[in-house]
Amino acid sequence: MKGRVHAIVAEFPSAYALYRAAEQVRDKGFRRWDCYSPFPIHHMDDAMGLKKSPIGYVVFLGGLLGAVSAVALQGIPSWLLYPLIVHGKPTNLFTLPAFFPIIFELTVLFSAITTIGCLLVFNQLPRWNHPIFNWDGFRRVTDDAFFLAIEATDPQFSETRTATLLSEIGGTNLTVVREED
Amino acid sequence: MSNEPTPPPAGFRPGELSLAREALVLNNRSFSWVTEKVCGIVEGPAPKWWYVATAASALLALVCFTLIGYLISTGVGVWGLNSPVGWAWDITNFVFWIGIGHAGTLISAILFLTRQRWRTSINRAAEAMTIFAVICAGIFPGIHVGRIWMVWFLAPVPNSNAIWPNFRSPLLWDIFAVSTYFTVSLLFWYTGMVPDLATLRDRATNLWKKRIYGFFALGWRGANRQWRHYEMAYLILAALSTPLVLSVHSIVSFDFATSVIPGWHTTIFPPYFVAGAIFGGFAMVLTLMIPARAIFKMHDLITPRHIDVMCKILLLTGTIVGYAYLMELFVAFYSGNEFERWAFLRNRVADPFIFGPMFGVEPAPYWWAYWAMMLCNVISPQFFWSRKMRNRVIGVWIICMFINCGMWFERFVIIVTSLHRDFLPSSWGMFHPTWVDMWTFIGTFGLFMFLFLLFIKFLPMIAMAEIKGVMPQGDPHHPSADEAEAVHLQEYRG
Repeated sequence: MKGRVHAIVAEFPSAYALYRAAEQVRDKGFRRWDCYSPFPIHHMDDAMGLKKSPIGYVVFLGGLLGAVSAVALQGIPSWLLYPLIVHGKPTNLFTLPAFFPIIFELTVLFSAITTIGCLLVFNQLPRWNHPIFNWDGFRRVTDDAFFLAIEATDPQFSETRTATLLSEIGGTNLTVVREED
Repeated sequence: MSNEPTPPPAGFRPGELSLAREALVLNNRSFSWVTEKVCGIVEGPAPKWWYVATAASALLALVCFTLIGYLISTGVGVWGLNSPVGWAWDITNFVFWIGIGHAGTLISAILFLTRQRWRTSINRAAEAMTIFAVICAGIFPGIHVGRIWMVWFLAPVPNSNAIWPNFRSPLLWDIFAVSTYFTVSLLFWYTGMVPDLATLRDRATNLWKKRIYGFFALGWRGANRQWRHYEMAYLILAALSTPLVLSVHSIVSFDFATSVIPGWHTTIFPPYFVAGAIFGGFAMVLTLMIPARAIFKMHDLITPRHIDVMCKILLLTGTIVGYAYLMELFVAFYSGNEFERWAFLRNRVADPFIFGPMFGVEPAPYWWAYWAMMLCNVISPQFFWSRKMRNRVIGVWIICMFINCGMWFERFVIIVTSLHRDFLPSSWGMFHPTWVDMWTFIGTFGLFMFLFLLFIKFLPMIAMAEIKGVMPQGDPHHPSADEAEAVHLQEYRG
């Protein structure tokens, strides 16, 4: 591998070991680093010092938009454009309960689509490639391997001292991953 | 220090180990065993039976589509519909299939929110089943008037006279409910599959497989900064799907309950339909998973405990359904309404042997359908009170087949027996299905099986990432002895 250093990656033997290592890297004050695992590890966010994902707040807005769209979609034709009298029943605001099912369904639909949108935007996905895939050994991350990578853009990064730190906290198989040139 | 054992978890008292719950994955399998097992099915050559089964189900699906073409080119007269019975097998099949779809979302959403971790080994296949069942269901409303070119009347757009559809009609609510349900189920299924598609991408040996799985894996890296948003998104989707799944069959039941037809005009319908849908859906999950488990030797992933728990859900929902049947009869009696009483006693319950003579009435024309439904849906799940029955896989499968039939009969009973005798005896009639009715329905099973067979061949049938998370070594707080020792050694050195 040639090119600029992207990150130093260390392998850990288990979810437990990775969790302990993450706590120590967090306490050292690193900022641009990440843990990689085949499945979400319980409480790893705490070990990495990450806050709760803010997706929920955006989804609330998406849901609200869904509800408002449903009121508009039904209200504008039924109350304004062409009030449709069926079985002699009035079409006014007091008939709102009959419009509830569609309001509910569109709220759910818009919220779900917003959730997926947020998931992609917040994770900066989809993307075809990522420098970390330049290391062939990394592909075991989706099978049974646990990695911790400290990226070169971190202010505290130093090729030698970061590598020493990672091996001190139990990392093996240390690899310098470079960006493609 | 290095030889010190790991401290036991809080609240642990020695001698209580036997009370620990049965493991979700048997025989202490490793993470890579799970990957190998699940991906092996996708990566290995397809077995011979798979080609035979796929070809046969594709043929049946073709029969379904040919008959739809025949229906559309000729008219609804090719079905057995007649003047009192304007809805028959078409809507029966619609409700039947949409009901089956409910188990997938129940397993993926409600059991997720209630922290039922055993769901992980069956949720992927159940969600796939949901999507395929909703596809089969969606066919019928589209074709049931036989004029496919009018299908845009279903959409919330004004027609050529600038009249909008009636937004207060349950039939329009149904369009929104079913299409939202399909979209959200699809998103939920796909989101859950992204990490597993990444596994397939990373294991792919052939360039095109790598590209295709890579495309759908979206560049997933398994980074915790990704998992953080992923888990939140999954939780939100589960929280959205839970009321959604309950709303869909409630709205389907409004199609009937808001009408004035005796036998349909019933306030108990929404909960009764939802319980029935979950009941029928779980039966279909077991119908598919029991053979799949045997064929792919997944006994360590889908354990007897999974089957046992699903049988208990069948018992619970089957009993709720039974209660609803009896409550319908009671309310028909208690209402004092002679039309309601007629619809239940003289159109459904009165058989020629016991209840007809007991009440001194003519046997009901559809008594056999009503009692087939009672036998299959209320009596047959009662066998699951016995642990022995729940552990006998073939017995469970047979009972599930009874339930599958029973749930179809339930919808047939509700729809056809309520319609076939109108308020005036001059407009009474019987419904007789034609060969087109029958083969269209049989054909949808072909479509369903065809899609399911493609799914098990090309996509990971079991949610690997989720299974790994519930295995004991996936828990970051309970290290195995070796790992604890390594970490202690590290601390000692440092």
